[in-house]
Amino acid sequence: MLKFTKDHEWLRLDGDVAVVGITDHAQEQLGDLVFVELPGIGAGFLQGSAAAVVESVKAASDIYAPVSGEVTEVNDAVVQEPGLVNSDPTGQGWLFKMRVADKTQLDSLLDEAGYKAILAG
Amino acid sequence: MTETITSHYLARTPLDALHRRRGARMVPFAGYEMPVQYPMGILQEHLHTRSAAGLFDVSHMGQIVLRAPSGKAEDAARALESLVPADIVALALGRQRYTVFTNDTGGVLDDLMVSNQGDHLFIVVNAACKAADEAHLRDRLAGLCTVEPLADRALVALQGPQAEAVLAALAPEVAAMRFMDARPVTLMGAACLVSRTGYTGEDGFEISVPAGRVEELCETLLESPAVAPIGLGARDSLRLEAGLCLYGSDLDTRTTPVEAALEWSIQKSRRRGGARAGGFPGADTVLRQLSEGAARRRVGLAPEGRAPVRGHTALYRDQQGGEPVAGEPAAGEPAGEVTSGGFGPSIGAPVAMGYVPVADAGVGTLLFADVRGKRLPVRVAALPFWPNRYKRP
Repeated sequence: MLKFTKDHEWLRLDGDVAVVGITDHAQEQLGDLVFVELPGIGAGFLQGSAAAVVESVKAASDIYAPVSGEVTEVNDAVVQEPGLVNSDPTGQGWLFKMRVADKTQLDSLLDEAGYKAILAG
Repeated sequence: MTETITSHYLARTPLDALHRRRGARMVPFAGYEMPVQYPMGILQEHLHTRSAAGLFDVSHMGQIVLRAPSGKAEDAARALESLVPADIVALALGRQRYTVFTNDTGGVLDDLMVSNQGDHLFIVVNAACKAADEAHLRDRLAGLCTVEPLADRALVALQGPQAEAVLAALAPEVAAMRFMDARPVTLMGAACLVSRTGYTGEDGFEISVPAGRVEELCETLLESPAVAPIGLGARDSLRLEAGLCLYGSDLDTRTTPVEAALEWSIQKSRRRGGARAGGFPGADTVLRQLSEGAARRRVGLAPEGRAPVRGHTALYRDQQGGEPVAGEPAAGEPAGEVTSGGFGPSIGAPVAMGYVPVADAGVGTLLFADVRGKRLPVRVAALPFWPNRYKRP
Protein backbone atom coordinates (compact mmCIF):
# COMPACT_ATOMS: atom_id res chain seq x y z
CA MET A 1 0.00 0.00 0.00
CA LEU A 2 1.33 3.41 -0.96
CA LYS A 3 1.55 6.40 1.33
CA PHE A 4 1.89 9.93 -0.02
CA THR A 5 3.23 13.36 0.89
CA LYS A 6 1.62 16.65 -0.05
CA ASP A 7 4.83 17.33 -2.00
CA HIS A 8 3.92 14.47 -4.36
CA GLU A 9 6.33 11.77 -3.18
CA TRP A 10 5.09 8.23 -2.58
CA LEU A 11 6.43 5.66 -0.14
CA ARG A 12 5.93 1.90 -0.01
CA LEU A 13 6.90 0.11 3.21
CA ASP A 14 8.66 -3.26 2.99
CA GLY A 15 9.52 -4.36 6.57
CA ASP A 16 11.38 -1.37 7.98
CA VAL A 17 12.64 -0.25 4.57
CA ALA A 18 10.66 2.34 2.58
CA VAL A 19 10.80 2.58 -1.21
CA VAL A 20 10.41 6.21 -2.34
CA GLY A 21 9.42 7.79 -5.66
CA ILE A 22 7.35 10.59 -7.14
CA THR A 23 3.67 10.30 -7.99
CA ASP A 24 2.11 10.01 -11.42
CA HIS A 25 0.69 13.51 -10.94
CA ALA A 26 4.20 14.82 -10.18
CA GLN A 27 5.81 13.25 -13.24
CA GLU A 28 3.01 14.55 -15.42
CA GLN A 29 3.38 18.08 -14.08
CA LEU A 30 7.17 18.00 -14.42
CA GLY A 31 7.13 16.63 -17.95
CA ASP A 32 9.91 14.61 -19.56
CA LEU A 33 12.69 14.04 -17.05
CA VAL A 34 16.25 14.29 -18.39
CA PHE A 35 18.34 14.01 -15.22
CA VAL A 36 18.02 12.32 -11.84
CA GLU A 37 20.47 12.88 -8.97
CA LEU A 38 20.14 10.35 -6.15
CA PRO A 39 21.64 10.39 -2.65
CA GLY A 40 24.64 8.31 -1.63
CA ILE A 41 24.01 4.98 0.08
CA GLY A 42 24.32 5.49 3.83
CA ALA A 43 23.28 9.13 3.67
CA GLY A 44 20.87 10.13 6.40
CA PHE A 45 17.93 12.47 5.91
CA LEU A 46 15.43 14.10 8.20
CA GLN A 47 11.77 13.97 7.22
CA GLY A 48 11.07 16.74 4.72
CA SER A 49 14.70 17.44 3.80
CA ALA A 50 15.87 17.43 0.16
CA ALA A 51 17.19 13.95 -0.66
CA ALA A 52 17.23 13.83 -4.48
CA VAL A 53 16.85 16.07 -7.52
CA VAL A 54 14.91 15.43 -10.71
CA GLU A 55 15.25 17.70 -13.72
CA SER A 56 12.89 18.07 -16.64
CA VAL A 57 13.79 19.86 -19.86
CA LYS A 58 12.51 23.02 -18.19
CA ALA A 59 13.54 22.95 -14.53
CA ALA A 60 15.05 21.19 -11.50
CA SER A 61 12.92 19.99 -8.57
CA ASP A 62 13.93 18.74 -5.13
CA ILE A 63 12.58 15.42 -3.90
CA TYR A 64 12.06 15.36 -0.13
CA ALA A 65 12.53 12.44 2.24
CA PRO A 66 8.97 11.41 3.23
CA VAL A 67 10.29 10.16 6.59
CA SER A 68 13.61 10.33 8.45
CA GLY A 69 16.06 7.52 7.75
CA GLU A 70 19.20 6.23 6.10
CA VAL A 71 19.47 5.45 2.39
CA THR A 72 20.03 1.72 1.78
CA GLU A 73 19.71 1.47 -1.99
CA VAL A 74 19.29 3.74 -5.02
CA ASN A 75 17.76 2.99 -8.42
CA ASP A 76 20.60 3.32 -10.91
CA ALA A 77 18.20 2.48 -13.73
CA VAL A 78 16.52 5.90 -13.45
CA VAL A 79 19.91 7.62 -13.42
CA GLN A 80 20.70 5.87 -16.71
CA GLU A 81 17.18 6.39 -18.09
CA PRO A 82 15.30 9.24 -16.35
CA GLY A 83 12.27 8.63 -18.61
CA LEU A 84 11.45 5.55 -16.49
CA VAL A 85 10.15 7.95 -13.86
CA ASN A 86 7.68 9.28 -16.42
CA SER A 87 6.65 5.93 -17.85
CA ASP A 88 6.36 3.97 -14.58
CA PRO A 89 6.57 6.37 -11.62
CA THR A 90 5.40 3.93 -8.93
CA GLY A 91 7.12 0.86 -10.41
CA GLN A 92 10.42 0.82 -12.31
CA GLY A 93 10.72 4.56 -11.74
CA TRP A 94 11.31 4.31 -7.97
CA LEU A 95 14.16 6.53 -6.75
CA PHE A 96 15.69 5.24 -3.50
CA LYS A 97 15.11 3.02 -0.47
CA MET A 98 15.61 4.15 3.10
CA ARG A 99 15.58 2.44 6.49
CA VAL A 100 12.80 4.15 8.42
CA ALA A 101 14.16 5.66 11.65
CA ASP A 102 10.83 6.27 13.35
CA LYS A 103 7.75 4.41 12.14
CA THR A 104 5.40 6.80 13.92
CA GLN A 105 6.29 9.31 11.18
CA LEU A 106 4.36 7.11 8.76
CA ASP A 107 1.19 8.28 10.47
CA SER A 108 1.86 11.82 9.22
CA LEU A 109 1.64 10.67 5.59
CA LEU A 110 -1.47 10.66 3.43
CA ASP A 111 -3.29 7.57 2.23
CA GLU A 112 -4.43 7.39 -1.38
CA ALA A 113 -7.81 8.96 -0.66
CA GLY A 114 -6.19 11.81 1.24
CA TYR A 115 -3.69 12.44 -1.56
CA LYS A 116 -6.41 12.41 -4.19
CA ALA A 117 -8.35 14.91 -2.13
CA ILE A 118 -5.34 17.25 -2.22
CA LEU A 119 -5.05 16.86 -6.01
CA ALA A 120 -8.74 17.63 -6.37
CA GLY A 121 -7.95 20.86 -4.49
CA MET B 1 5.97 21.81 -8.08
CA THR B 2 4.97 24.78 -10.13
CA GLU B 3 1.26 25.34 -10.43
CA THR B 4 -0.09 26.81 -13.59
CA ILE B 5 -1.33 30.30 -12.90
CA THR B 6 -4.16 31.52 -15.03
CA SER B 7 -5.37 35.03 -14.61
CA HIS B 8 -7.76 37.36 -16.32
CA TYR B 9 -4.92 39.88 -16.44
CA LEU B 10 -3.23 37.79 -19.13
CA ALA B 11 -3.90 38.37 -22.80
CA ARG B 12 -4.79 35.52 -25.14
CA THR B 13 -3.61 35.05 -28.70
CA PRO B 14 -6.04 34.40 -31.58
CA LEU B 15 -5.02 30.72 -31.35
CA ASP B 16 -6.06 30.31 -27.72
CA ALA B 17 -9.01 28.03 -28.51
CA LEU B 18 -6.85 25.84 -30.76
CA HIS B 19 -4.25 25.41 -28.02
CA ARG B 20 -6.87 24.36 -25.47
CA ARG B 21 -8.61 22.03 -27.92
CA ARG B 22 -5.29 20.30 -28.48
CA GLY B 23 -4.64 19.84 -24.78
CA ALA B 24 -1.91 22.44 -24.33
CA ARG B 25 -0.66 23.28 -20.86
CA MET B 26 -0.99 27.07 -20.74
CA VAL B 27 1.43 29.22 -18.75
CA PRO B 28 1.86 32.96 -18.25
CA PHE B 29 4.55 34.36 -20.55
CA ALA B 30 5.25 38.03 -21.29
CA GLY B 31 1.71 39.01 -20.32
CA TYR B 32 0.05 36.26 -22.37
CA GLU B 33 -1.30 32.82 -21.68
CA MET B 34 0.85 30.68 -23.93
CA PRO B 35 1.19 26.92 -24.55
CA VAL B 36 4.35 25.57 -22.90
CA GLN B 37 3.70 22.08 -24.22
CA TYR B 38 1.05 19.83 -25.75
CA PRO B 39 0.37 16.20 -24.79
CA MET B 40 3.29 15.09 -27.01
CA GLY B 41 5.67 16.58 -24.41
CA ILE B 42 8.67 18.86 -24.76
CA LEU B 43 11.21 16.16 -25.73
CA GLN B 44 9.11 14.72 -28.54
CA GLU B 45 7.98 18.16 -29.71
CA HIS B 46 11.63 19.17 -29.99
CA LEU B 47 12.61 16.03 -31.89
CA HIS B 48 9.54 16.22 -34.12
CA THR B 49 10.48 19.74 -35.20
CA ARG B 50 13.99 18.58 -36.16
CA SER B 51 12.72 15.50 -38.04
CA ALA B 52 9.45 16.74 -39.62
CA ALA B 53 7.79 20.10 -38.89
CA GLY B 54 6.59 22.05 -35.88
CA LEU B 55 3.96 24.79 -35.76
CA PHE B 56 4.53 27.53 -33.17
CA ASP B 57 2.17 30.31 -32.08
CA VAL B 58 4.30 33.43 -31.69
CA SER B 59 1.41 35.87 -31.91
CA HIS B 60 2.50 37.45 -28.63
CA MET B 61 5.45 39.02 -30.44
CA GLY B 62 5.18 42.59 -31.68
CA GLN B 63 4.65 43.28 -35.38
CA ILE B 64 5.29 46.87 -36.39
CA VAL B 65 5.10 48.73 -39.67
CA LEU B 66 7.56 51.61 -39.98
CA ARG B 67 6.72 54.05 -42.74
CA ALA B 68 8.36 57.28 -43.93
CA PRO B 69 6.19 60.18 -45.20
CA SER B 70 7.84 59.73 -48.63
CA GLY B 71 6.43 56.21 -48.85
CA LYS B 72 9.92 54.84 -49.51
CA ALA B 73 11.37 52.03 -47.39
CA GLU B 74 14.82 53.54 -47.91
CA ASP B 75 13.84 56.69 -45.99
CA ALA B 76 12.43 54.61 -43.14
CA ALA B 77 15.68 52.60 -43.28
CA ARG B 78 17.81 55.74 -42.86
CA ALA B 79 15.72 56.72 -39.84
CA LEU B 80 15.89 53.24 -38.29
CA GLU B 81 19.68 53.19 -38.69
CA SER B 82 19.79 55.88 -35.98
CA LEU B 83 18.60 53.22 -33.51
CA VAL B 84 20.29 49.98 -34.69
CA PRO B 85 23.85 49.04 -35.77
CA ALA B 86 22.85 47.02 -38.86
CA ASP B 87 22.91 48.23 -42.46
CA ILE B 88 19.19 48.69 -43.15
CA VAL B 89 19.59 51.07 -46.11
CA ALA B 90 21.24 48.36 -48.22
CA LEU B 91 18.57 45.80 -47.35
CA ALA B 92 17.09 44.78 -50.70
CA LEU B 93 13.38 44.62 -51.40
CA GLY B 94 11.96 41.42 -49.93
CA ARG B 95 14.98 40.74 -47.71
CA GLN B 96 15.13 40.54 -43.94
CA ARG B 97 17.90 41.15 -41.42
CA TYR B 98 18.52 40.58 -37.70
CA THR B 99 19.57 43.52 -35.55
CA VAL B 100 19.31 45.05 -32.06
CA PHE B 101 18.09 48.31 -30.54
CA THR B 102 21.02 49.70 -28.55
CA ASN B 103 21.03 52.13 -25.61
CA ASP B 104 23.51 54.95 -24.98
CA THR B 105 26.03 52.59 -23.38
CA GLY B 106 25.83 50.10 -26.23
CA GLY B 107 23.58 47.72 -24.27
CA VAL B 108 20.77 45.86 -26.00
CA LEU B 109 17.20 47.13 -25.48
CA ASP B 110 15.74 44.35 -27.65
CA ASP B 111 16.62 42.20 -30.64
CA LEU B 112 14.48 42.30 -33.75
CA MET B 113 13.95 41.31 -37.37
CA VAL B 114 13.55 43.98 -40.06
CA SER B 115 12.45 43.43 -43.64
CA ASN B 116 12.17 45.78 -46.62
CA GLN B 117 8.62 45.67 -47.97
CA GLY B 118 9.09 48.40 -50.59
CA ASP B 119 6.90 51.14 -49.17
CA HIS B 120 7.61 50.30 -45.53
CA LEU B 121 9.80 48.33 -43.16
CA PHE B 122 8.23 45.40 -41.34
CA ILE B 123 9.64 44.79 -37.85
CA VAL B 124 9.14 41.88 -35.43
CA VAL B 125 10.11 42.45 -31.78
CA ASN B 126 9.92 40.48 -28.54
CA ALA B 127 6.62 40.31 -26.66
CA ALA B 128 8.00 41.53 -23.35
CA CYS B 129 9.62 44.55 -25.02
CA LYS B 130 7.02 45.52 -27.59
CA ALA B 131 5.41 48.42 -25.71
CA ALA B 132 8.83 49.90 -24.87
CA ASP B 133 10.05 49.35 -28.45
CA GLU B 134 7.02 51.13 -29.90
CA ALA B 135 7.53 54.06 -27.52
CA HIS B 136 11.26 54.12 -28.37
CA LEU B 137 10.53 54.22 -32.10
CA ARG B 138 7.86 56.92 -31.74
CA ASP B 139 10.06 59.03 -29.49
CA ARG B 140 13.31 58.76 -31.43
CA LEU B 141 11.86 58.77 -34.94
CA ALA B 142 9.24 61.47 -34.36
CA GLY B 143 8.67 63.38 -37.59
CA LEU B 144 10.70 60.86 -39.59
CA CYS B 145 8.46 57.80 -39.52
CA THR B 146 5.03 56.62 -38.48
CA VAL B 147 4.98 53.61 -36.16
CA GLU B 148 2.02 51.28 -36.66
CA PRO B 149 1.74 48.23 -34.40
CA LEU B 150 -0.27 45.49 -36.14
CA ALA B 151 -2.63 44.45 -33.36
CA ASP B 152 -4.98 42.51 -35.61
CA ARG B 153 -2.40 40.10 -36.97
CA ALA B 154 -1.25 36.76 -35.63
CA LEU B 155 2.24 35.33 -36.13
CA VAL B 156 3.00 31.63 -36.50
CA ALA B 157 6.22 29.78 -37.29
CA LEU B 158 6.39 26.56 -39.29
CA GLN B 159 9.82 25.01 -38.73
CA GLY B 160 11.63 21.87 -39.75
CA PRO B 161 12.72 19.87 -42.79
CA GLN B 162 9.10 19.28 -43.91
CA ALA B 163 8.08 22.94 -43.54
CA GLU B 164 8.73 23.80 -47.18
CA ALA B 165 6.69 20.89 -48.56
CA VAL B 166 3.79 21.58 -46.21
CA LEU B 167 3.58 25.33 -46.89
CA ALA B 168 4.22 24.89 -50.64
CA ALA B 169 1.08 22.74 -50.81
CA LEU B 170 -0.84 25.96 -50.03
CA ALA B 171 1.38 28.35 -51.98
CA PRO B 172 3.93 26.76 -54.37
CA GLU B 173 5.91 30.01 -54.66
CA VAL B 174 7.28 29.71 -51.11
CA ALA B 175 9.55 26.88 -52.27
CA ALA B 176 11.58 29.41 -54.26
CA MET B 177 12.17 31.61 -51.20
CA ARG B 178 15.61 31.53 -49.58
CA PHE B 179 16.77 32.13 -46.01
CA MET B 180 15.85 35.67 -44.91
CA ASP B 181 13.52 36.34 -47.84
CA ALA B 182 10.33 38.08 -46.69
CA ARG B 183 7.46 38.67 -49.09
CA PRO B 184 3.66 38.88 -49.33
CA VAL B 185 2.04 35.50 -50.00
CA THR B 186 -1.65 34.65 -50.22
CA LEU B 187 -2.46 31.60 -48.09
CA MET B 188 -6.00 30.19 -48.29
CA GLY B 189 -7.18 33.55 -49.56
CA ALA B 190 -5.60 35.47 -46.68
CA ALA B 191 -3.01 38.17 -47.36
CA CYS B 192 0.04 37.05 -45.38
CA LEU B 193 3.63 38.15 -45.04
CA VAL B 194 5.89 35.10 -45.15
CA SER B 195 9.55 35.15 -44.20
CA ARG B 196 11.95 32.24 -44.51
CA THR B 197 13.36 32.38 -41.03
CA GLY B 198 12.78 31.08 -37.54
CA TYR B 199 14.18 30.42 -34.10
CA THR B 200 15.03 26.73 -34.20
CA GLY B 201 18.10 26.40 -36.43
CA GLU B 202 15.93 24.56 -38.95
CA ASP B 203 14.69 25.68 -42.33
CA GLY B 204 11.22 27.14 -42.02
CA PHE B 205 8.89 30.08 -42.24
CA GLU B 206 7.31 32.75 -40.10
CA ILE B 207 3.86 33.76 -41.26
CA SER B 208 2.17 37.04 -40.35
CA VAL B 209 -1.53 36.40 -40.93
CA PRO B 210 -4.77 38.31 -40.22
CA ALA B 211 -5.95 37.32 -36.73
CA GLY B 212 -9.35 36.23 -38.04
CA ARG B 213 -7.77 33.76 -40.48
CA VAL B 214 -5.02 32.21 -38.39
CA GLU B 215 -6.98 29.39 -36.78
CA GLU B 216 -8.23 28.09 -40.13
CA LEU B 217 -4.71 28.29 -41.56
CA CYS B 218 -3.19 26.45 -38.60
CA GLU B 219 -5.83 23.71 -38.61
CA THR B 220 -5.11 23.17 -42.30
CA LEU B 221 -1.34 23.01 -41.71
CA LEU B 222 -1.94 20.59 -38.81
CA GLU B 223 -3.88 18.25 -41.10
CA SER B 224 -0.52 17.21 -42.50
CA PRO B 225 0.87 14.28 -40.51
CA ALA B 226 4.26 15.99 -40.73
CA VAL B 227 3.09 18.94 -38.62
CA ALA B 228 2.67 18.96 -34.84
CA PRO B 229 1.88 21.95 -32.60
CA ILE B 230 4.91 22.91 -30.52
CA GLY B 231 4.97 24.86 -27.27
CA LEU B 232 7.34 27.35 -25.68
CA GLY B 233 9.25 24.59 -23.88
CA ALA B 234 10.58 23.04 -27.07
CA ARG B 235 10.96 26.48 -28.66
CA ASP B 236 13.48 27.26 -25.92
CA SER B 237 15.45 24.00 -26.21
CA LEU B 238 15.50 24.28 -30.02
CA ARG B 239 16.85 27.85 -30.01
CA LEU B 240 19.39 26.97 -27.32
CA GLU B 241 20.80 24.08 -29.39
CA ALA B 242 20.87 26.48 -32.36
CA GLY B 243 22.94 28.96 -30.31
CA LEU B 244 20.32 31.71 -30.67
CA CYS B 245 19.97 34.38 -28.00
CA LEU B 246 16.91 34.81 -25.80
CA TYR B 247 16.37 38.46 -24.92
CA GLY B 248 16.23 38.95 -21.14
CA SER B 249 18.47 35.93 -20.59
CA ASP B 250 21.40 36.06 -23.04
CA LEU B 251 20.94 39.69 -24.03
CA ASP B 252 19.94 42.68 -21.96
CA THR B 253 20.74 46.35 -21.41
CA ARG B 254 24.09 45.41 -19.80
CA THR B 255 25.35 43.34 -22.76
CA THR B 256 26.63 44.89 -25.98
CA PRO B 257 26.22 43.17 -29.35
CA VAL B 258 30.00 42.62 -29.46
CA GLU B 259 30.06 40.96 -26.04
CA ALA B 260 27.08 38.88 -27.22
CA ALA B 261 29.13 37.61 -30.21
CA LEU B 262 26.70 39.27 -32.63
CA GLU B 263 29.41 41.09 -34.65
CA TRP B 264 28.06 39.40 -37.78
CA SER B 265 24.91 41.54 -37.43
CA ILE B 266 26.92 44.78 -37.80
CA GLN B 267 27.77 45.26 -41.47
CA LYS B 268 30.91 47.05 -42.73
CA SER B 269 28.98 50.18 -43.71
CA ARG B 270 28.19 50.85 -40.04
CA ARG B 271 31.69 50.11 -38.70
CA ARG B 272 34.66 52.50 -38.42
CA GLY B 273 35.58 53.65 -41.93
CA GLY B 274 32.21 52.59 -43.32
CA ALA B 275 29.94 54.79 -45.44
CA ARG B 276 27.52 55.34 -42.53
CA ALA B 277 29.76 54.46 -39.58
CA GLY B 278 28.16 54.72 -36.14
CA GLY B 279 25.21 57.00 -35.67
CA PHE B 280 23.30 54.62 -33.39
CA PRO B 281 23.04 54.85 -29.58
CA GLY B 282 26.21 53.66 -27.84
CA ALA B 283 28.12 53.54 -31.14
CA ASP B 284 31.35 54.75 -29.50
CA THR B 285 31.40 51.74 -27.20
CA VAL B 286 30.22 49.21 -29.78
CA LEU B 287 32.61 50.35 -32.54
CA ARG B 288 35.55 50.52 -30.12
CA GLN B 289 34.77 46.95 -28.99
CA LEU B 290 34.56 45.85 -32.63
CA SER B 291 38.09 47.18 -33.22
CA GLU B 292 39.71 46.36 -29.89
CA GLY B 293 37.59 43.54 -28.53
CA ALA B 294 35.38 43.40 -25.45
CA ALA B 295 36.41 42.19 -22.00
CA ARG B 296 33.90 39.34 -21.98
CA ARG B 297 32.11 37.24 -24.53
CA ARG B 298 29.06 35.02 -24.93
CA VAL B 299 30.13 31.42 -25.51
CA GLY B 300 28.63 27.96 -25.74
CA LEU B 301 29.10 25.81 -22.66
CA ALA B 302 29.00 22.02 -22.77
CA PRO B 303 28.65 20.41 -19.33
CA GLU B 304 30.81 17.29 -19.17
CA GLY B 305 28.35 15.39 -16.98
CA ARG B 306 24.66 14.79 -17.39
CA ALA B 307 23.33 17.45 -15.04
CA PRO B 308 21.74 20.41 -16.81
CA VAL B 309 23.40 23.72 -15.92
CA ARG B 310 20.71 26.41 -15.83
CA GLY B 311 20.68 30.18 -16.29
CA HIS B 312 22.25 32.29 -13.49
CA THR B 313 24.67 29.50 -12.53
CA ALA B 314 28.07 30.96 -11.54
CA LEU B 315 31.17 29.79 -13.45
CA TYR B 316 34.58 29.34 -11.83
CA ARG B 317 38.05 28.71 -13.14
CA ASP B 318 38.85 26.33 -10.31
CA GLN B 319 37.17 23.24 -8.99
CA GLN B 320 37.63 24.57 -5.46
CA GLY B 321 38.44 28.02 -4.11
CA GLY B 322 41.36 28.71 -6.38
CA GLU B 323 44.54 30.80 -6.46
CA PRO B 324 44.35 34.43 -7.52
CA VAL B 325 44.32 34.82 -11.28
CA ALA B 326 46.02 37.84 -12.81
CA GLY B 327 43.42 40.51 -13.48
CA GLU B 328 39.77 39.95 -12.68
CA PRO B 329 38.07 37.95 -11.34
CA ALA B 330 39.67 37.55 -7.91
CA ALA B 331 40.31 34.17 -6.34
CA GLY B 332 37.15 32.22 -5.73
CA GLU B 333 35.04 34.81 -7.51
CA PRO B 334 32.92 33.67 -10.42
CA ALA B 335 34.67 33.95 -13.78
CA GLY B 336 31.33 34.37 -15.46
CA GLU B 337 27.73 33.28 -15.49
CA VAL B 338 25.49 30.93 -17.40
CA THR B 339 22.66 32.86 -19.08
CA SER B 340 20.71 29.98 -20.67
CA GLY B 341 20.98 26.28 -20.06
CA GLY B 342 19.11 23.05 -20.09
CA PHE B 343 18.96 19.72 -21.81
CA GLY B 344 19.46 19.48 -25.56
CA PRO B 345 17.18 16.67 -26.79
CA SER B 346 18.87 16.42 -30.23
CA ILE B 347 22.34 16.50 -28.67
CA GLY B 348 21.24 14.06 -25.97
CA ALA B 349 23.19 16.03 -23.39
CA PRO B 350 22.99 19.27 -21.43
CA VAL B 351 23.79 22.49 -23.32
CA ALA B 352 24.24 26.05 -22.10
CA MET B 353 25.41 29.55 -23.02
CA GLY B 354 26.97 32.21 -20.87
CA TYR B 355 29.40 35.10 -20.56
CA VAL B 356 33.07 34.61 -19.66
CA PRO B 357 36.19 36.85 -19.71
CA VAL B 358 37.80 36.73 -23.17
CA ALA B 359 40.81 34.94 -21.65
CA ASP B 360 38.45 32.03 -20.94
CA ALA B 361 36.45 32.20 -24.15
CA GLY B 362 38.55 29.82 -26.23
CA VAL B 363 36.81 26.64 -27.35
CA GLY B 364 37.82 23.79 -25.06
CA THR B 365 38.54 25.96 -22.01
CA LEU B 366 37.64 24.04 -18.84
CA LEU B 367 35.48 25.91 -16.34
CA PHE B 368 33.38 24.81 -13.37
CA ALA B 369 29.69 25.51 -12.88
CA ASP B 370 28.38 25.79 -9.33
CA VAL B 371 25.31 23.51 -9.32
CA ARG B 372 23.72 22.95 -5.91
CA GLY B 373 27.07 23.56 -4.21
CA LYS B 374 29.09 21.24 -6.46
CA ARG B 375 31.48 22.55 -9.09
CA LEU B 376 30.70 20.60 -12.24
CA PRO B 377 33.14 20.67 -15.18
CA VAL B 378 31.93 22.49 -18.31
CA ARG B 379 33.87 23.19 -21.50
CA VAL B 380 33.60 26.25 -23.68
CA ALA B 381 32.06 24.99 -26.92
CA ALA B 382 31.53 26.34 -30.42
CA LEU B 383 28.03 27.58 -31.22
CA PRO B 384 25.68 26.35 -32.52
CA PHE B 385 25.51 22.98 -30.79
CA TRP B 386 23.19 21.78 -33.55
CA PRO B 387 24.27 22.74 -37.10
CA ASN B 388 21.70 25.03 -38.68
CA ARG B 389 19.93 23.88 -41.82
CA TYR B 390 18.81 27.18 -43.30
CA LYS B 391 18.05 27.30 -47.01
CA ARG B 392 20.80 29.69 -47.98
CA PRO B 393 20.59 31.73 -51.19
